[in-house]
Amino acid sequence: MKSLEYSYQPVSYWQSRTAYDSVWLLLLLAGSSYVAFEYRALMDGYEQAILVFTALMLVVLGWHWHALKTLLLVVTGFSLLAVNSYGTDLGRGETAFLLKYLWASQSAIMWMSALYVMATVCYLAALLSNRLFVGKVASALTWSATAMGLTGLLVRWRESYLMSADIGHIPVSNLYEVFILFALITALLYLHYEQKYQTRSLGAFVLLVISAAVGFLLWYTFDRHADGIQPLVPALNSYWMKIHVPANFVGYGAFSLAAMIGVVFILKNRAQQLNPQGAINSRLPDLALLDDVMYKAIALGFAFFTLATILGALWAAEAWGGYWSWDPKETWALIVWLNYAAWLHMRLTKGWNGNPMAWWALVGFFVTLFAFLGVNMFLSGLHSYGEL
Amino acid sequence: MPQSTVRILFRFLGSMNLAITLLVAIAIAAVIGTVVQQNQPYPDYVLKFGPFWFEVFKRLELFNVYSAPWFLGILGFLVLSTSVCVYRHLPLIIADLRDYREHYQRTALLRQPYHQQLELPATAVSMERLTGLLQQHHYRFRIKPQDGETLIAARKGSAGRWGYIFSHLAIIVICIGGLLDGNLPLKIAEWRGKLVVETRRIPASEIPPLSTLGSDNLSFRANVDIAEGDQANLAFIDYKDGYLLQKLPFSIQVDDFRIEHYPSGQPKSFESDLTIIDPALKQPLKQTIAVNHPLNYKGFSIYQNSFGDGGSHLSLQVWPLQRDGQPFELKATVKAHTPLEQQTLEISDFRPFNVTPDASGNKQFVNVGPSFQYKLRDATGVANEYLTYMLPNQQQGRWFFVSGMRSKVAEPFEYWFIPADQQQSLQRFMRFYQDLHNQQKLRQIALDAVDSSKSIQPADIKQRQTVVAFMLKLASQFVEGGYPKIAAEIEKTVPEDQREQVAGLYALTLQKLLKNLYLDVLHQEGIKTDAGLSEFDNQFFTDAVEAANLAHFYGSPWLLELKQFQHIEATGLQITRSPGQWLVFPGCLLLVLGVFCMFYLPQRRIWLLLEPQAGTASLLLAGQAVRNRYDFDREFALLAQQLQSFKS
Ligand code: HEM
Repeated sequence: MKSLEYSYQPVSYWQSRTAYDSVWLLLLLAGSSYVAFEYRALMDGYEQAILVFTALMLVVLGWHWHALKTLLLVVTGFSLLAVNSYGTDLGRGETAFLLKYLWASQSAIMWMSALYVMATVCYLAALLSNRLFVGKVASALTWSATAMGLTGLLVRWRESYLMSADIGHIPVSNLYEVFILFALITALLYLHYEQKYQTRSLGAFVLLVISAAVGFLLWYTFDRHADGIQPLVPALNSYWMKIHVPANFVGYGAFSLAAMIGVVFILKNRAQQLNPQGAINSRLPDLALLDDVMYKAIALGFAFFTLATILGALWAAEAWGGYWSWDPKETWALIVWLNYAAWLHMRLTKGWNGNPMAWWALVGFFVTLFAFLGVNMFLSGLHSYGEL
Repeated sequence: MPQSTVRILFRFLGSMNLAITLLVAIAIAAVIGTVVQQNQPYPDYVLKFGPFWFEVFKRLELFNVYSAPWFLGILGFLVLSTSVCVYRHLPLIIADLRDYREHYQRTALLRQPYHQQLELPATAVSMERLTGLLQQHHYRFRIKPQDGETLIAARKGSAGRWGYIFSHLAIIVICIGGLLDGNLPLKIAEWRGKLVVETRRIPASEIPPLSTLGSDNLSFRANVDIAEGDQANLAFIDYKDGYLLQKLPFSIQVDDFRIEHYPSGQPKSFESDLTIIDPALKQPLKQTIAVNHPLNYKGFSIYQNSFGDGGSHLSLQVWPLQRDGQPFELKATVKAHTPLEQQTLEISDFRPFNVTPDASGNKQFVNVGPSFQYKLRDATGVANEYLTYMLPNQQQGRWFFVSGMRSKVAEPFEYWFIPADQQQSLQRFMRFYQDLHNQQKLRQIALDAVDSSKSIQPADIKQRQTVVAFMLKLASQFVEGGYPKIAAEIEKTVPEDQREQVAGLYALTLQKLLKNLYLDVLHQEGIKTDAGLSEFDNQFFTDAVEAANLAHFYGSPWLLELKQFQHIEATGLQITRSPGQWLVFPGCLLLVLGVFCMFYLPQRRIWLLLEPQAGTASLLLAGQAVRNRYDFDREFALLAQQLQSFKS
């Protein structure tokens, strides 16, 4: 006989934290306190605030997503090893074996590039062969690539300070650096959805965009030699860069992800009509799920893009003397934003969904791409930091 | 208007279709505005589009899209449409926020997209357990007994509905703020004939009142360049194909301007020490501004925008190039016109240093010293442009003075390299080059050459004179056009089969003449040459002849050598007043808040209808989610599962 007094035990958010979560919290507290103390001379109040905010964000993100904790711990380990190996001598990047072949930023980024391309191939193979193991390998490769890329960026940050204290800056200041950021953020967003919804068959498509970014990066490195660390122009030398640029790239990454999900939606929809028994239909995720994840990605992108554009306006008010100048980059950000605002309205108030929205997400990607790259290539303006 | 027309209009204004059309229209206008470069000088557009399309585009105001009446009109409509939309939705949303739908009957619950019937042991079910479960999922609830049954109506995510209100109000607020700061008032003033754009380049004191804006202008963005030590109480607003003068209610004095550079010569930071002089201030306000660190004073913001030369004073040594004559001194000021005999010297820029990548290519940088850039305009108004470096520059181990020339602004400079003597000065080359213009000296040198020649009889006066005349002619051809000129003369006068031989003879003669001239220069310097020339002097001769050969390209009667300078910098300030930002910034905050609420706190409803029967409790679980159905699927399933587990 069960006890009548059995009362329901609510498990609160705090109670469901594991030991790993607590360690994570402590590590982040310790790490950020160390940074805040050690580098206090280099940071103004805003930067301290950004540091605290970032640490809190990482605590929450890590609690929410366990794999992220592990990834970031590995990346931190790699980066500390690299920083330690460098000491104060940038020249060791050429002489120390591990730096030269693994962790110097350029090497790490080459690893990232290679691993992303391999991951793309594996995702494709997994889709074609329908073998779970190949899919797992693909996911592992994507995680590894992301770890190497993040390490590369962090080490590059350190390298810039080793060049000279007044050159040092966060590596999100030119087209080369933000392309890496773009690949990393897109991959992380994808990995999150992959874990949450078990949608490994999307990988082949999403990684295609990342591979394209990697292709661009390689061309930019070898043909244009744009991989060197350049000092900042005065207008960029501001704490705003640390928040404006990453927020923007969450937007770009999410929009690209949504576009590729849109492609899968279109394919699956086709397959369902033409060949319901075929492999394409059976191996791609459910249409309702695709529709939902596409919406989520666009909503996430829209929210961050709104934030980024506003941060940009605030920065512009401080650097250029006006929060809005109708500079081409700014204007294209507005166009991208209006486009997705219209998309969201259609979906949420008019109830549009399915194929037209998928096509629209794909078109939105090209609009985004123009704002990201096309403006730098074809239009000139105040934002001429990443010219091609 | 009849009631129904108002209502139709109202409905049209608040309709989604209009909203989306407006969003798309703004996007298209923005695309046009980035494809057609904005606010360029009108002549550029005429060149680019041709006179016909220029006129069409001008009428459509495509050259200033963002301040065109039609564009502002669309923005206005968006504000109106969004306002109507919010106005219409607000009461509904507020009602919805209050409402837990606790009056729903069983039939209504069964119509919900999610519902599930559960049978549980009566002993396992209690109100506390049910509401506890809902609370665990962050639901808030109301309990309502309905004849024999009990309904728990719960919901969460009301912030999602607030999100709609916040974000759409924010759009309205931001647009109004933006319109306040746009140049709408200027447009209106211009339209009413109270304002005329100034297009002439004239001193500020001559700008007519019709092109001047008083210091009470509420919103503007203007620029002014102020030299160190100077002050200004006005600024210029770029407007259409000209500008307007903006008066300021205070004066800005620039005490100092500093610029720091990276080792690569790129600017690292620039900053100005400013003093604000305002009768309203007890004591002048002093502050240093830098890029990203403006000064805010009484609603005006003063930004470090650019920098330039503020009229540096240069002391020049003028070396005549087309006649023999003494060099003379000239004092000139950057950004001013200085008469120089029949010509005018217009110095456009002075740079105290020039950093270039080291020729060795190993990522080193060298400072090649000061330079200045100027035009020499003759009486007919034609000008060549020059870029001259102050210090000699090392090329393959030798030192040269470098000066660039171009006759068209669009072309790159062509450089003239003049060898520097051992004192690193122009003296020796100039002596040599000027002697080339000195007929008397040339004649003397030619005569000496003839005298020392064994092939000419001293008695043959006629032959001697012919040879001397020939040498003088060669020299003058060389000065006028270098070797190419001599070659051209040969081509004109000598039959083809003898040309080669003649050219050889000419070259030899000229070489001899130049060499003797050079030796004479060395003798003037007190250098003995009997035992041959030093390596330096030999090399110098080769370089000097090459420089003389190319001198005619230089196209200037003078070489201007920079001897001394007093560097005066000017700081480029931007002065703005934008009261609209006090709407825009809070509006932005509201927008972010609203958007995040809308996406991440979506509204959800759950109902639990409890009907106690003998032994078992019959439960109807129903749910509703506006969006994120996919996640709600899981939440609903989890709820049902947790309820089932009450059994055990
Ligand atoms: C620049 C103008 C506008 C922007 C950027 C904008 C943006 C948005 C966004 C981002 C959403 C969120 C969708 C969601 O809930 O996930 C939304 C929802 C909505 N918008 Fe707009 N909107 C604008 C103008 C309008 C106008 C003029 C109307 C009126 C016709 C309107 C009506 C609505 C409605 C009814 C919703 C759904 C609200 C809900 O169900 O919670 N919007 N809007």
